[in-house]
Parts: sequence; C-alpha cells; structure tokens
Amino acid sequence: MTEEITHHPEPSYLVDTGKRKGLMAWLTSTDHKRIGLMYLFAIMVFFVIGVILGEMMRLELFWPGQQFYGPQTYNGLFTIHGIIMIFTVVIPGLSVVFGNFFLPILIGAKDVAFPRLNLFSFYLFILGAAIAVSSQFMGNGPPDTGWTFYAPYSIRTHTNVVAAVFGAFVLGFSSILTGLNFIVTIHRMRARGMTFFKMPLFPWAVYATSWIQVLATPIVGITLLMIIAERWLRIGFFDPALGGDPILYQHLFWIYSHPAVYIMILPAMGVITEIIPTFAQRNVFGYKAIAFSSLAIAGVGYFVWAHHMFTSGMSVSARWIFSLLTFLVAIPSAIKVFNWVTTMYKGSIDVKPPLLFALGFIWLFMIGGMTGLTLGSLAINVHVHDTAYVVAHFHYIVFGGVGFAFFAAVHYWYPKMFGRMYNFKRANWAFVFLFVGFNLLYFPQFIIGYMGMPRRYFDYLPQYTFGHQLSGLGGLLLGIGVIIMLQNLFSKKGAKAPDNPWGGNTFEWRIASPPTVENFDELPEMGENDRPYDYK
Amino acid sequence: MEHRDDIGAKLGMWVFIFTEILLFGGLFLVYAVMRSRYSTDFHHAAHHLNAFIGAINTVVLLVSSATVAMSITAVQKGNTKLAVNLLLLTLLCAAVFMVNKYFEWGHKIHIGLYPGSDLMITLNHGEVMFFSLYFFMTGLHMLHLIIGGIILTIVLVKVRSGTINANRYVLMENGGLYWHLVDLIWIFLFPLLYLIT
Repeated sequence: MTEEITHHPEPSYLVDTGKRKGLMAWLTSTDHKRIGLMYLFAIMVFFVIGVILGEMMRLELFWPGQQFYGPQTYNGLFTIHGIIMIFTVVIPGLSVVFGNFFLPILIGAKDVAFPRLNLFSFYLFILGAAIAVSSQFMGNGPPDTGWTFYAPYSIRTHTNVVAAVFGAFVLGFSSILTGLNFIVTIHRMRARGMTFFKMPLFPWAVYATSWIQVLATPIVGITLLMIIAERWLRIGFFDPALGGDPILYQHLFWIYSHPAVYIMILPAMGVITEIIPTFAQRNVFGYKAIAFSSLAIAGVGYFVWAHHMFTSGMSVSARWIFSLLTFLVAIPSAIKVFNWVTTMYKGSIDVKPPLLFALGFIWLFMIGGMTGLTLGSLAINVHVHDTAYVVAHFHYIVFGGVGFAFFAAVHYWYPKMFGRMYNFKRANWAFVFLFVGFNLLYFPQFIIGYMGMPRRYFDYLPQYTFGHQLSGLGGLLLGIGVIIMLQNLFSKKGAKAPDNPWGGNTFEWRIASPPTVENFDELPEMGENDRPYDYK
Repeated sequence: MEHRDDIGAKLGMWVFIFTEILLFGGLFLVYAVMRSRYSTDFHHAAHHLNAFIGAINTVVLLVSSATVAMSITAVQKGNTKLAVNLLLLTLLCAAVFMVNKYFEWGHKIHIGLYPGSDLMITLNHGEVMFFSLYFFMTGLHMLHLIIGGIILTIVLVKVRSGTINANRYVLMENGGLYWHLVDLIWIFLFPLLYLIT
C-alpha cells in the first residue's frame, strides 16, 4: 500500500484550464470525469429527496389510522418516491456516476467514444427528472398510480400522469444514449493489448448493463407514449371499452422493467468485484465466470418479466415457464457471490469502509435474492403478491444491493475522485447505522407481508402495528446513518490522498489522485502476460 | 485533442438504429396481439385505406433511399454538385410522401375516422384497434421522417460547405443510414396496414 504523496505537475481535472471558469466550466464540460461528478451530485440530491419521501410514508404508517395525511396524499407519495428512486437514482445509478468516471480510466482511455453525446445525456437526465418532478406541482395533483402506471387506472385518473410518464420517457432516452456511448467506448477504446478478457470486471459489468439499456429501454419508451396517447387521443390499446387489454400494458411495461433491475444491479456487482480483490489483496476467483455471469444475467433477465404478473390470469403453462426462468436467472448471481467469498479466502483482509459496505452488500443482496426465489415460487406468490413482503424483497435488492454498492463505490473511489481521504471512524459509524437501520426497517416487512399486510396502503389492521413501528425505528436509524455518511464525505478536513491508498492494481490506482484532465501521461498498454488483477 | 474514429461513429449509429427498431417493435407487438384477436375486423377496416396511395408512398421512399445512397457515392467521388442535387431529390421525395399522408389523414379525419371521434366509438372493437394502430404507427413514422429530413438537410449544408467531403463523410453515411431506417419501417407498415384486405 503506497502512502507517499506523489507530486504531479499537470493540473487535476478539478482545476478550470479552459476558456470558461466556475460553474459554466462544469456545465459545458465534456470531460467524462466532470460529467460523472455532476451526475453524482444530482443523484445524491434525488436520493435525499427520495429518502425524505420514504420517511414521510413511514411516519404515517407508524400508527394505524390516519394521523398526518389521507390516502390520496399517501398514494401520491409512494408514486413519486418510486419514480424518483427508480428512474432518477438507481437506473442511472452506478453506470452514470462510476461508469462515466472510471470506465475510460479502467480501460486506459482518455474519455468515452462520444464526449458531447455524454454531456447531452446528462442534460436529458436533468430535463427528464425536472419534467417528472413537475408532475407534483401542476394542475390536477401528483399522480397516484404508483411508479408502475398500470392501466386502466393510469388512463382514467385525473392526476398528472402525462408529466410523470413523459419525464420517464426523456430519462429513458438519456439511459439509451449512455448505454450506446459505453458500448462503443468498450469496443473501440481499450488500451493496446487489452483484449476483452484482460479488461477489469467493472467494465465487463458496464458492458452487459449497456446492452440492456440499449435493448430494453425503447420498449418502455413506446409503452409510455401509448399511455399518453390513451389519455390524450383515446387510442384504446389498454381500454377494454374500445377493444384494448389492460394486461397488454402490464406485459409491455414489465418487458422493460424487469431487465431494468439488471441495469440497476450489474454495475453494482461490478463495483463489488473491484473492491473485494483490493481489500483481500488476492486475484479475483473465477474471472471468466464473473464476466460470463454478467452476460448471462443480462440475457436470461429478458425472459422472466411475467413473474410480476403471476396473479393476473395467465395460463398455468406461462406461469410455470416464467417461474422456472426466474429460478435460472438466480444462478449466475449466486456464482458471483461464491466467487466473491472465495476471493477473500486466505486473503490479507483489510477492513476499511469500502470493504465494510461491500460485505454489507453481500449480506443484504443474498436476503433480497433468496426472497426473490420465494416470490418466484407460484404457490407462495399467490399469498404474498402485492403485500409488504414484495416491498421488503425489492428494497433488500435495490437499496441493500444497489444502494450499498453505491456507498461502497463512493468510499472506494472518493480518494481518487477528490484527492482527499475521509474519516474512517465516521464512515464505519455511518455503516453501522445504515446497516442496522436498514435491516430493522425492512426485515419486519417480510413478516407482516407474509401475515397479509398489503403494499401501497396508508392504513392497516391493528395486528400489523408492531411490525410497522419496528420499521419506523429502523427508518430513523437509517436516516441518521445517511446524515452521518454525507456529513463525513462533505467534510473538507480529510488528509491529501496518495495515488494508491488501498494498494489496488487496476489502472486508476496508477494515476494521480485526482486525475489530470487527460487521465494518463502516457496511454497504458497491456503485455502478453499482464492480467487485470495482479495480486500475489 | 482531435479524436476521429469513423468505425466507432458507424458502430454507434448502428446501435442507435437498433434502438429505433425496438421502439417501433413495441407497436408491432401490439399490432400482432390485436390482429390475432380481431383478424376479421382488421381485414374489413383495411378497406378504408387506399392501397394505391400507399403503394405510391412506398415507391417514393424506395426511390429516396436510392438517391441518398447515390449522393454518398457522389461525395466519395468528389462530385459535390451531383451529391447536392441527389440530396435535394431525396428531400423532395420526403415532401411528396408527407403531402400524400396529409391527404390520407385529412380525408379520414374529415369523415370522422380518427381516435376518439364519435364515429370511432360506434365501430367494432377490432376496427377501433386497427385505426388506432394506423394513426399511431404512421404518425410516429411521420415524426421520424421529419427528423430524417432535418438530418439530411444538415448533411446537405455540410456537403455544400465542404465539411463533408471525399476524405470525411461518415456523418453523411450515418445520416443516410437513418434515412434507410425510415424507409425500412414504412416497408413493414405498408403491407401490415394496407395489404391485409
């Protein structure tokens, strides 16, 4: 682990060296590192807003009966909470922040293939988010359909469905262009000598993710346009009165939205695969297995969508086929977990904050993944569909998985991005509050869901009170954890960071912290015998 | 930091074309479901469409694909004047298509055959689905035709100014590719909407 501070003569990317200065230098920059940071800042803001919306829901749910707001407000809350968290936080998520910042560096390039398109993607992201959020403040009130916008209610409700749906459409466009950019970058801009199988595993994860973004998002794009056409033009595709079919909407929606969850999780898994070898100081176990499992998850993930629809009236054949495929898609994810754990075996473990968050990820992801299997079992699904059990499952996977991986990535790459360290003790405390709070918030939801507590309900029968109050307490601890973490990361008192604070082996640890504008003084090359992870 | 990668630019464009095909794919999926459900109604409703005008539009777009491809060859051979003229011909074809569409749609709207109209509500379910698909699919196609026209106009300006020339024409190839996509989508729409009588 190199602790000495190397002095680099070239200015870092944080210094304005072009014609413009200050805010305008950032807003017009096509530098992938600056774009990654702008995304980080925006996503952090949306995440905090989403957390506040979540806490507001927990507040109402703390006691049975109505205390603070009624069903209409509550329905609006869980709708916008979902829209913000899904479309502006976790789907863009690790791809746009760490993919943008580190993909070029990890493959030895100066930038992505289309830097101006990259900036355009960022502006589409901001525009889409603004349009979606505007749905809260206009005319007929915030949408109350849930982020899933199911027909026929989404066609009939008078609330601002069009604004929310169009915002999501623009966000989808941003996602498609980012995916396109990364695919071309990986194909065309790898360092000399870096074959696909010498690429580190985070770029592999980003590659698989990008294909999903490009192939799945257009379907939800057209589906959202159909919702708008239904509301404005009475096109009737989902309206039985005109010959349409609401179940058709569900199919079209989930054909994207299931692959979308793999857009969320694949880069997250990629980050964990970078962190664990570094803090175990061992080569990753089963490099090819991890690379291929990313592709397998992306591929098989296209064929499981109807597991969101087991109770919609499908034939028994359709149901068992989708159930089987759902079980199959869990296999490549499990392969990754085995490989991570095996990488740590007999390694030289250094429990720094990034590893702590990575280990937390493994625990939470496993619970989320295994409850996905129980949900995928037809007999169980009938009882727990649309209950708090589902809510617990997806929060474990998305928040526990993607969220904790995001925190892990921030703590791992913070010294590189900002050239400063942070306080390890505070980071560890943040982790404790986040981890304990998280489990206390969501585990009881499995239990009350199994006992029959429906999801998306603002009120409930008295027998679920204790579970909700445990959750409420968990939410409080989680909120405190978020505050501690943010306060720690924003504090400017950290020591100057060395080029390689963790003893990592991939390209980003060979360049300055923070990097220069062009990343590398000389573009790196990989020789015959070089490997992406070269620990003893 | 002049970074030029023509192969990368073309790869990016092909990926984008793929996403456009998937966008329309969603509509083709709805078409498949609705047609299998209401095959007789679709058959009847298609009689309201004028296959002759549809065929003319098909030929017009095919010609325009040929002219844009030829204009790229002209640029490659350094013949700027010919390239510009062929691009203008392409845009003329686009205009003819739009005029035809204007009359087609105008007629239907005039007789009350459009989504949400009083007449539409009285029709059979399958016929309603057919017309909804007709307007949505040809409307979305029209939007892409206009976008393609804008792209080709930009290309035309750049060919005239010399920014696009025999040594540097990937932008034009990509623009032509987009135009071919617009043509291809119509090649699918025409039989599915006009020729199922």
